[in-house]
Amino acid sequence: MVAEHDHICWGGGVHHHGGHTLSVAGLCVSYRNVEALRDISFTTHCGHTLALMGPNGAGKSTLIHALAGLIPIQSGSMQWNGLDLLQTRHEIAFVPQRSAVDWQFPITVRHLVEMGRYPTLGLWKKPTAHDEHIVNKALETLRLTELQHRRIGELSGGQQQRAFLARALAQEAHILLLDEPFTGLDVPGMQSLGHQLRQLAAEGRLIIASHHNLDNAAELFDQTLLLNKVVIGSGATASVLTPDNIHRAFGFRPHNTPQA
Amino acid sequence: MNEFLQFLAEPIAQRSLWACGVIGFSNGFVSALVVLRKSSLQIGTISCALLPGIALAILLFGLLQLSILLGAVMAGLLVGLGSLFLSRTSRIDHDAALSILHATAFAIGYIILIRLGLQQKVDDWLFGNIMSMGNADLWISYAVSAIAILSITALHRPLLIYLFDPRAAATMGIPTRALSYGIFTLIILVLVSSLQAVGAFLTLGLLVAPAATMYLLTDKASALFWGGGLIGGLGSILAFFLSYPMEWHLGATIIVVMGSIFLLAYIFSPKHGVIFKNRQRNRKNKA
Repeated sequence: MVAEHDHICWGGGVHHHGGHTLSVAGLCVSYRNVEALRDISFTTHCGHTLALMGPNGAGKSTLIHALAGLIPIQSGSMQWNGLDLLQTRHEIAFVPQRSAVDWQFPITVRHLVEMGRYPTLGLWKKPTAHDEHIVNKALETLRLTELQHRRIGELSGGQQQRAFLARALAQEAHILLLDEPFTGLDVPGMQSLGHQLRQLAAEGRLIIASHHNLDNAAELFDQTLLLNKVVIGSGATASVLTPDNIHRAFGFRPHNTPQA
Repeated sequence: MNEFLQFLAEPIAQRSLWACGVIGFSNGFVSALVVLRKSSLQIGTISCALLPGIALAILLFGLLQLSILLGAVMAGLLVGLGSLFLSRTSRIDHDAALSILHATAFAIGYIILIRLGLQQKVDDWLFGNIMSMGNADLWISYAVSAIAILSITALHRPLLIYLFDPRAAATMGIPTRALSYGIFTLIILVLVSSLQAVGAFLTLGLLVAPAATMYLLTDKASALFWGGGLIGGLGSILAFFLSYPMEWHLGATIIVVMGSIFLLAYIFSPKHGVIFKNRQRNRKNKA
């Protein structure tokens, strides 16, 4: 099953920017006949952290869910290295919004990360030493080794977010899709997660996250896609989040009173 | 005591004892699904909605075991899926739709059964009567138990991912819609097959309490299934030995035992029990 395009490109300090391309073209998504996204087109590469930004109802989460294959798209295409993104599902890992998770669920951090191996293992195959190694490494990378036998509900918000990232690593996914990962984190938790995401991207992954805070976007993400049903701007965060673009997306100018 | 031993020597007693163990185990096993999905109330309403299915089946085909079971399954599915349909196509939320449908269904079933002159039987279906289970009933019950335990065990990996994080499950290519319908059908099957043992009113206790008890004792999801099964099975056997000398109704005794085990875990659980939590709080306050 392993084809040429299936290789994992992180590690080894190889400079690989531009190696793997996600290109979305003419994407339209509707919910019950209400248009959520219209004609979305953008291109990005692994090695980047991309923020999806825009006001409430702009379609940030919708786009994340469409990329993850969780909702049907009406038209347009999503391609990863020239192949249909949804045909290369094993390359994608989804990290849910923290408020969407049942934190009382009886599961330990380690078991959560081990779940990342299930798609590879199938129904019956026993985890091999290789699988164990991947799980251990994922826990280590996200500094969770000491916490691995805790129940996930006992962790702090930042640690919970890292536990889900560790599962994504155990999936050996190339593209990480995160739904509002910074919501509800305190400042140290936010900075540490931002650092972590940059590091994961530097190893060759593509990180895409919906995000709503204009003030820290430039610090946390190197690329931004600004949305309000349609694409308002995309590219390097600083060049996208200009006062003009923000005005077009949000209807107000940053650090100005909204105009009547 | 002698009388009890004599009773135990009879085939009907041994058969009932087996039935208690097996039905208790499979219900306890499946209760993990109910608890992890947080759908206890939903299952409770559906279990009562099985009655009209039973009644209609008797009305149409007479007291035929298989048709009664099929009727119950149909009624359960109709009410379950019907309430989903109602809530999706109107302003009424799912809870309200389910409540209305199940009460109406229950009322229809009751009218038919009384008109058919089956007053005595009604009690059996509402509160259970293991002794009255015939060979066919028992075999159907055992078969359903085996199917439930085997399919859950075979699919436990995708099931756990789905129960915990349905969206991630979908991204991993797990057919989540099929799984959710499958879980629903399996729960209905188990409900129906144990209907004669504990009855439509009481079955909810056996389909929730065992795993809910384990929930207080463990942080391992898989322990909810096997531990729930053990609690359900051993608890039901204990109830069997209690009910005869005390002259308590067996179905009701099973549920009382389940409730008591749950209460014990609630108080004494070393990790999530009240005593432990209080002690922890006191320690924190002192520090």
